[in-house]
Amino acid sequence: MQLTVWTYEGPPHVGAMRIATAMEGLHYVLHAPQGDTYADLLFTMIERRGKRPPVTYTTFQARDLGKDTAELFQTAAREAYARYQPQAMIVGASCTAELIQDDPAGLTDAMRLPIPVIPLELPSYQRKENWGAAETFYQIVRKLADKDAHPAPRENRRPRANLLGPTALGFRHRDDIIEITRLLDSMGIDVHLTAPLSASPADIVRIGEADFNILLYPEIGDTAVRWLEKTFGQKTVRTVPIGYGATKDFIREVAAIADVDAALALDDSRLPWWSRSVDSTYLTAKRVFIFGDATHAIAAARVARDELGFTVVGLGCYNREFARDLRDAAKLYGVEPLITDDYLEVEDAIAALQPELVLGTQMERHIAKRLRIPCAVISAPVHVQDFPARYSPQMGFEGANVLFDTWVHPLVMGLEEHLLTMFRDDFEFSDSAGASHLGHGRVALATPSPFVPSEVEGPIPGAAESPSTTLGTNGGLNGVWSAEAEKELLKIPFFVRGKARRNTERFATEQGLAAITLETLYDAKAHYAR
Amino acid sequence: MTPALPAAVPASTDCVPVLRQRGQREVFCGLTGIIWLHRKIQDAFFLVVGSRTCAHLLQSAAGVMVFAEPRFGTAIIEERDLAGMADCNEELDRVVDRLLTRRPDIRMLFLVGSCPSEVIKLDLSRAAQRLSGKHSPNVRILNYSGSGIETTFTEGEDACLASLVPELPAEPANAAPALMIVGALPDVVEDQFLRIFAQLGIAPVHCLPARKSADLPPVGPNTRYLLAQPFLGETARSLEDRGAQRLDAMFPFGAEGTTSWLHAAAQAFGIDEMHFRSVIAPGRERAKRAIEHCREQLAGKSIFFMPDSQLEVPLARFLSQELGMVPIEVGTPYLHRRHLAQDLALLPSTTVISEGQDVDRQLDRVRAAQPDITVCGLGLANPLEAEGLTTKWAIELVFSPIHGFDQAGDLAELFARPLRRRDVLRV
Repeated sequence: MQLTVWTYEGPPHVGAMRIATAMEGLHYVLHAPQGDTYADLLFTMIERRGKRPPVTYTTFQARDLGKDTAELFQTAAREAYARYQPQAMIVGASCTAELIQDDPAGLTDAMRLPIPVIPLELPSYQRKENWGAAETFYQIVRKLADKDAHPAPRENRRPRANLLGPTALGFRHRDDIIEITRLLDSMGIDVHLTAPLSASPADIVRIGEADFNILLYPEIGDTAVRWLEKTFGQKTVRTVPIGYGATKDFIREVAAIADVDAALALDDSRLPWWSRSVDSTYLTAKRVFIFGDATHAIAAARVARDELGFTVVGLGCYNREFARDLRDAAKLYGVEPLITDDYLEVEDAIAALQPELVLGTQMERHIAKRLRIPCAVISAPVHVQDFPARYSPQMGFEGANVLFDTWVHPLVMGLEEHLLTMFRDDFEFSDSAGASHLGHGRVALATPSPFVPSEVEGPIPGAAESPSTTLGTNGGLNGVWSAEAEKELLKIPFFVRGKARRNTERFATEQGLAAITLETLYDAKAHYAR
Repeated sequence: MTPALPAAVPASTDCVPVLRQRGQREVFCGLTGIIWLHRKIQDAFFLVVGSRTCAHLLQSAAGVMVFAEPRFGTAIIEERDLAGMADCNEELDRVVDRLLTRRPDIRMLFLVGSCPSEVIKLDLSRAAQRLSGKHSPNVRILNYSGSGIETTFTEGEDACLASLVPELPAEPANAAPALMIVGALPDVVEDQFLRIFAQLGIAPVHCLPARKSADLPPVGPNTRYLLAQPFLGETARSLEDRGAQRLDAMFPFGAEGTTSWLHAAAQAFGIDEMHFRSVIAPGRERAKRAIEHCREQLAGKSIFFMPDSQLEVPLARFLSQELGMVPIEVGTPYLHRRHLAQDLALLPSTTVISEGQDVDRQLDRVRAAQPDITVCGLGLANPLEAEGLTTKWAIELVFSPIHGFDQAGDLAELFARPLRRRDVLRV
């Protein structure tokens, strides 16, 4: 058993729902107890869809247990078919139904519905949401793709590509497709099929007619793409075009596979100039911590270091399926890879590293808020505000513009904060007035050292006047702060204060100092000066 | 300024015809109750023993609350637990030990059963006993089921409170009559009720659940209890097993409902009618004034309740009796006729009462009726809005303070706002 409060991923059947909801003309009959319909609201609320997800739940209850549940499943499947008349159906079990061992595959087989029915085996106690989505998409493609399909001769036509991987509830999938479709169009390439998002089963049948595949989201599309390579010999573009450099690489890779001129792609990115302009100088070597799904985290690390001039101090992902890719990337930046789905480990890592910017998921946003570190969201899971009304892709040249603005924005806010801190003694800018971007009426922080989640214990007898003993995350005694030093620490802007405290404590420990005085603080500053 | 007293209880309401349907139910499971229960019982922790789905549900329902060191979590059952490679009970003990070491402030721990734990027949009541032995007297460990196969949404609170009842200290047989308010209410509402009871001269008054696990109210044959919520069937039964007597009333929504509810207690405690009227008059008048400006907007408007929390019947009574709305269908996941008798009696005879759900068929009825407002869950609200129907999402009614005189205006406003929004938007 694993004790959790927050999970980065839902169960695998939620992944299957993401595929079903993405597609048109497909219906999912899910053997599940009453209550599992909660997942509907992820789509209707977070993604703000105006249609119910095409999912029929059997919603069995305790009184149905026994052989009744099998009949319940068949009734649900029959009625779903009659009402929605889908082109194809996927059937499967949620975690509880997996335990009662009805066999959705056999049960629907026996019903002889006049449409393809695709049974799903999603092991709920081993796998998670992304795996469920990948497996579902793979099974649909495998079952429906017409194996005799092949691309028409190339004479007098533009090359055609499949865009694979976008789903419902995908982080910025909607706009990424628009951006990449436009980019391909400027290169003279047509999109044959975008799937699963907005594809129908009839579209999937013709998947083999494309000249090649573009894998936008490996977490969702990798399994299917491997099968397509094997079955149809379609080549795959594997560069994920997130960031300016990656988009350039993507264009080159596409151009080579499609045999078109890469120069045709219109480079309309403002990122290179924005980043070179002097206003961006202060971004240099900002220490950034990156966490998310492997694809977005790896892409973000490249943008952070090569395109914004940050220093990557931490890199991690929550999906173990792509742990190897992430480990390889972490080597490039000389950092320890962090592969975990336990947010407490991520929180510890961030607290220990004291980065100046966190790029992560909704969860890291909250961790960063607590630690008062600027943060931007780069990956699912995300909340409703990250399914915006405005156009905001992550991919392609416009995506690079969006990334620049999104990541720099919290830092600019940090600079604003710095100015406020400089004027802290001004009556209008007292510490208790709070951060300008955190809204009014925020309660002033109670402890003088709110930026390190360390446990402040009572005074040690015989120590300097009103000192506090601070335990670092390593549990060791890092030093005793004198009141004077503690007060001086407060003069340091909040977004580097935690780092200053940590550095000073480390310095004091290394020097074997029993107390941290004003001198120690500045000695440490000199020691760590860069 | 002489408030009308509530109408007499009809002799029997068994004649109310009820539409019962079985099929897909678009409802939450009882685990969701944890979201508000853990805010109420301040030193309790709720540990769900379930799957990743359970954890995901809690996270989706709790929204941003997940991040404020909440006092709930999930022990996720893994493959090795199922394959017998790990002993589930040993694993659970390990998780509980770790949890209690991490959170020494916890005084009461609920092991909450889920669909997976029920289906594999993990005996959580034995586990609770075993762990109680180990961790007493510091921590009391109880269990109840919030599984979807057994409970719907607010029934999770019922199961939780019912598990508390055997723990309540026994009232001495010769104790003076005491009043118990049963059902988790927002603190502000609870305080209002306690003030009114004090003014009426009713004492002592206890609440179940109490805010601290050490303050469990005593129970015995001299306990008179008022249900503050309509979904507490099991809890009521357990209290009656211990001799307590229920005071029959309407549920305390709006001016009339709250008057009826308070009056039931006043009568049981022999409070003088004149005194009762003078004590409640200011609140009652305030409530009537507060709902007045919504009446214009809501009177004559039709409303359709999809089943969600069991609050549907008393809310439909409030909207129909006090605001002039026309309930077309009032769906409820479970209909407790006896507890709802007084509210049911006041619904118009044209109203369809439905228990249970076949969601597709019920949506067909919604589309056919074209109600002015449909009360439903968040999975249905936006899709219905997209079809041009105005909705009020139901969960808010469970999370917002809506009981009592001083919330009557807010309650009416919850229904008036979607209609007003529909009218002001020019897009």
